[in-house]
Order: sequence, then C-alpha cells, then structure tokens
Amino acid sequence: MSTALRPARLRTTDMARLGTSGLRARPARAILAALGIAIGIATMVTVVGISASSQEKLLRQLDELGTNLLRVSPGDSLFGDKVKLSKNAAEMVKRIDGVTSAGQTAETGTTVRRNDLIPSGISLGITVQATSLDLLTTLDGRVRQGTWLNAATERQPVVVLGAVAAERLGLLTPNAQVWIDNRWFTVIGILDRTPLAEEIERSALVGFPAAKEYLNHDGHPTTVYERSADEAVESVRAVLARTVSPENPNEAKVSRPSDALKAKAAAAGAFTGLMLGLGAVALFVGGVGVANTMVVAVLERRREIGLRRSFGATRAQVRNQFLVEALLLSAFGGGAGVLLGALATFVYAQLNGLPTVVPLWALGGGLGITVVIGALAGIYPALRAARVPPTVALST
Amino acid sequence: MNVLEIRGVSKTYGRVHALRNVDLTIRKGEMVSIVGPSGSGKSTLLQIAGTLDRPTSGTVRVAGYDVSTLSDSQLSALRARFIGFVFQQFHLSPSLSALDNVADGLLYTGLSRRQRRERAEAALQLVGLSHRLGHRPNQLSGGQMQRVAVARAVAGRPPLLLADEPTGNLDSEAGAEVLSLFRTLNARGITIAIITHDTEVAMACPRRIRVRDGLVRSEVS
Repeated sequence: MSTALRPARLRTTDMARLGTSGLRARPARAILAALGIAIGIATMVTVVGISASSQEKLLRQLDELGTNLLRVSPGDSLFGDKVKLSKNAAEMVKRIDGVTSAGQTAETGTTVRRNDLIPSGISLGITVQATSLDLLTTLDGRVRQGTWLNAATERQPVVVLGAVAAERLGLLTPNAQVWIDNRWFTVIGILDRTPLAEEIERSALVGFPAAKEYLNHDGHPTTVYERSADEAVESVRAVLARTVSPENPNEAKVSRPSDALKAKAAAAGAFTGLMLGLGAVALFVGGVGVANTMVVAVLERRREIGLRRSFGATRAQVRNQFLVEALLLSAFGGGAGVLLGALATFVYAQLNGLPTVVPLWALGGGLGITVVIGALAGIYPALRAARVPPTVALST
Repeated sequence: MNVLEIRGVSKTYGRVHALRNVDLTIRKGEMVSIVGPSGSGKSTLLQIAGTLDRPTSGTVRVAGYDVSTLSDSQLSALRARFIGFVFQQFHLSPSLSALDNVADGLLYTGLSRRQRRERAEAALQLVGLSHRLGHRPNQLSGGQMQRVAVARAVAGRPPLLLADEPTGNLDSEAGAEVLSLFRTLNARGITIAIITHDTEVAMACPRRIRVRDGLVRSEVS
C-alpha cells in the first residue's frame, strides 16, 4: 500500500542558511570563537607576508643591480702571504671576450680622519683605496654629490667618499678637507650606495697616480671588478683568475657579489619557524575554541534539535547542520584572519619601505587550514547533536 | 482508514513500565483527547504515536506504515510528511518572524524556500494571523504564539496533528482561542490528538481517552 519513504534532501542554500542560523542568533559568541582562529591565521599570513615582502625587495634590488658583476681579489699563497695582482690587471681583464668594463682598486693601508687632531689609530672602519677611473661605470655606481675622479684629479690630493664613509666622517657635502697620511685631501664627491660592493661604500677613494705620489703606494691592485654580458659570466669567470694572476691562478679568488644578495634574499624568504609556530599554536587554540563553542551550542540547543527531528530532520541533516556551522565559524575567522594578516603585512611594508607581497598560496592556504580546523572541531559536537533523541522536543 | 494504529504497545524505561500493552486506534478525521495525571504515561504515548520514540514491544502504524520496519531516516521522512506537532512551550525561534518560524517547519519537506514561505503564509492566514507575518514571537501574545506554532504544525498539511498540552501555558481566553482553532482544523479534515490536563479541552473533543499507570483506562465517545 505504501510508497517508499525517503527523506528530502536539503538544498545547499538551505543548509548554508541553517548553518548560519546559530551564528546569527548569538553573534557575539560567534565573533569571539572566530577570533582565536582569526589571530592564528593573521599571525601566519603576516609572517609569510613580511618575509615575502622583504624577499621581494631584495630580489627587485638584485634585478636592478644585475648579476653580471664579478670580483677578483688575491688569495693567500701557499706560504700565507698575499699574492700581488699585476698592475694592469683591469686592462687585461677588459680584453677577455664578453667583458664590457673593468676597474680596479688597491688598499693603501692608510687611514682617513676628519682632521689632524684625531689620533691615527681611529680609522672608523674606512679604508683609503686607490681606484681606477672606470670603477664607477663597472659598479654602475652614481655620484650623489660632487664629481667622480677624472684624468686630471686622479693625480691630485683629492678624494671621493663612499656613502658609508661620508656618513661616518660626518660629511654631507663635498668640498671639505680630510686628513690622510699626514696631509690634507679635498673631498670632491660623495657616492651613492653600491650594494654590490659594500667595501666601496666604506672607502675613501683616490686616484692611482695620487696614491703613488702622496701615499707611497706600489700600484698593485688588490681587487678587480668586472662586468660582462649576462651570458658571458660563466666563460669570463673561467679565465678570470688566470688573467689577473697568470703565474699563480689558484691564488686569485673570484667571487660574484650578487650571490651574497641572493643568499640574503633566500634567507629573508625563509620564515622564522618560531613565529610560524606561534601562529600554529594560536590556530590550535582557536580550533579548540570553536570546538568548545560548538559543544556548548549543542547542549543549549537540544530542544531545537528535538524540534527539528520532529519536523522530519534526519540524524545526518542535524549532524551536517552543526558541521556546517563549525565550518562557517572557522572560515569566518579564517577570512578575517587573512584580511588582518594582509593588512598587517601592508602596514609593516609601508613602514619599512618594502613592496607589499602576500603570496596567494598563503591566503588560500590560510583559508584551507581553517576549513580543515572547522571540520575537525565540528565533527565531535556534530556527532553529539545527531545523537540527541527526538523526544527532547516534548520533554518540558 | 486508520491514521494511527497502536497494538499491544509496551514501553519500559529500566524497571519503570510507562506503557503496558496499550491498544489505540485513531481514525481519519477524529479529534481525540488523551487525559491522565502526571506520570500516567500519556506523554510516552504521544512520543510513540509521533514516532519520536519506539515501543519496547507491540506495533505502531502511522498512515499505514509499520514503524518498526522503518529506519531512522525513513521515520524522519514519515514525520515530515504525516505528522505535525504542537508543544506546550510553543518552541518558536525568538530570532525569526512568525512567517519564518512557520516556514522553518517545512524545511525538511523538500519544498523550495519560496514554496515554504508561500505555504507558511497560507497557514498563518488559516490560523487568523495574516496580519502578524513579520512579528517576532516576543511581539505576540501567548495565544498568538501558540497559533503560530499550530500554523507551523499544519503548514505541511499532515494528516495527523499531535498536540502536547497545547493550552498548558495559556490563560483561559487564549486557551479557548487555540481550542476553537483545533476545531476549525478538525472540521477541515485534519485528524487531531491532544494530550491535556484541561477539562475544557478534553470535553471539547468528541472522543476522550483516559490513561493511568501506563494503561488506557477508558474511552468515552
């Protein structure tokens, strides 16, 4: 006589509305429960965002600076003393195929001081170096103020300061006098920063002829910088040591300054595990908060559950209602956390002059994690809800 | 045709015999009151008649379906289609309007949201509350709240309406209001069984069943 009884399926929109009904009924509680999740996700997104932003800044810098600069300096000989590079090392390097420019510098072993009253032992970490005229082009450096050396001034007691050196000497503008090796030198220029050659930033640069004339320098360079076409870097690198030090090629050290920057970028991109761990703990606590809220909700709403069972809700539908509620609660917290994290990253980046980068995978991952947490936190309360007997609707 | 058929039903909770070998048949179109003191087993009877609980022994048939052969989800479907409940405490959601409270009762029938709201509106009209659709329960009187609950119970047009002390929380005037509503519904063909303490309600029912110590003591018709 009877047709088969089959419970009607709940539409997705109905289930979603049902899942939010409990949250809408107690918004304050929902917000507090979601807050824990939000803090956890915000922490993690911020950690990832800040490191990605720092990395992006370094990578952009690297892009701008190029990776085609090589640097050669004498290594130690077998007997422990410094090998000398040939006087015209840069000129020889220029003849290598693919090299576009080369310059050389030589440490003079003297110090630069603001005036003659300062004891000679105080170097401020500034080295006085002789330089060839093409150093600036090779480093792609810029003069911030004043001028660079030229064929005339390289013979005179004048000096160009690196950015850090000028800062340490307290000089903002050129045309000052500085005391080098018992005589006055005139500062004619101050350089911008040269991130690929930080040692130049900390140098006071004089011409090679001037170094010979006033500082008794022998003219042997201690460092050669060379820039080549990008695709020629490896081939140049292979012959560089032999070129600058034909007799002892093994004793010349070739390095690629951009590698250090690359390593820095990689390090900046690696998030601090501790902060990420803190975020994970906050997230876990948030998950416990959601579970707790849901357990309480099930206890409080036994009557509602019984009522829904009397309307014809199946156990599965009751279970799903609470599961969806936990998921939505958690996802709500996750969404807020992602926004907060992105905002925090933006503020931090603005304050520190970084480009704002929040990786999409961090946003998606953050939301994904909250869904998993919501499901885990919701399963137990939802199963409890499904076990509430329908008769509680009638008990007074 | 019998809307409800209870044969030799017993229900025990541990050592307590809430129902002992009860037989009860309610035919289509009847309006029955079930009276008895607290602890007599009348609430258990209603739970079992409403398929909210299963008997320890005996058979229950609702609209021809033998309840003992149905799974829990089939029972849910049975409740959704064949039985409407009215409770002493109304069980309305304070955050929903009268219309949404009634529509909520149809959530598990498979109707779309629009259909549910249409039927809910019709049901509220039937109970004389078409001017209170947007009111929340706290803006309604007790009698009006119970009428909303009745509208919710009948909105799905179930053949059987089960009421548990429907006037228990109402003053006599509101109680009379609800009782006359039951009469109207019964006149429209809905079978109604009412558990009650209220003699006025009991007297208003053409058929009265007295329950005591888990036994159906007498039937007056």
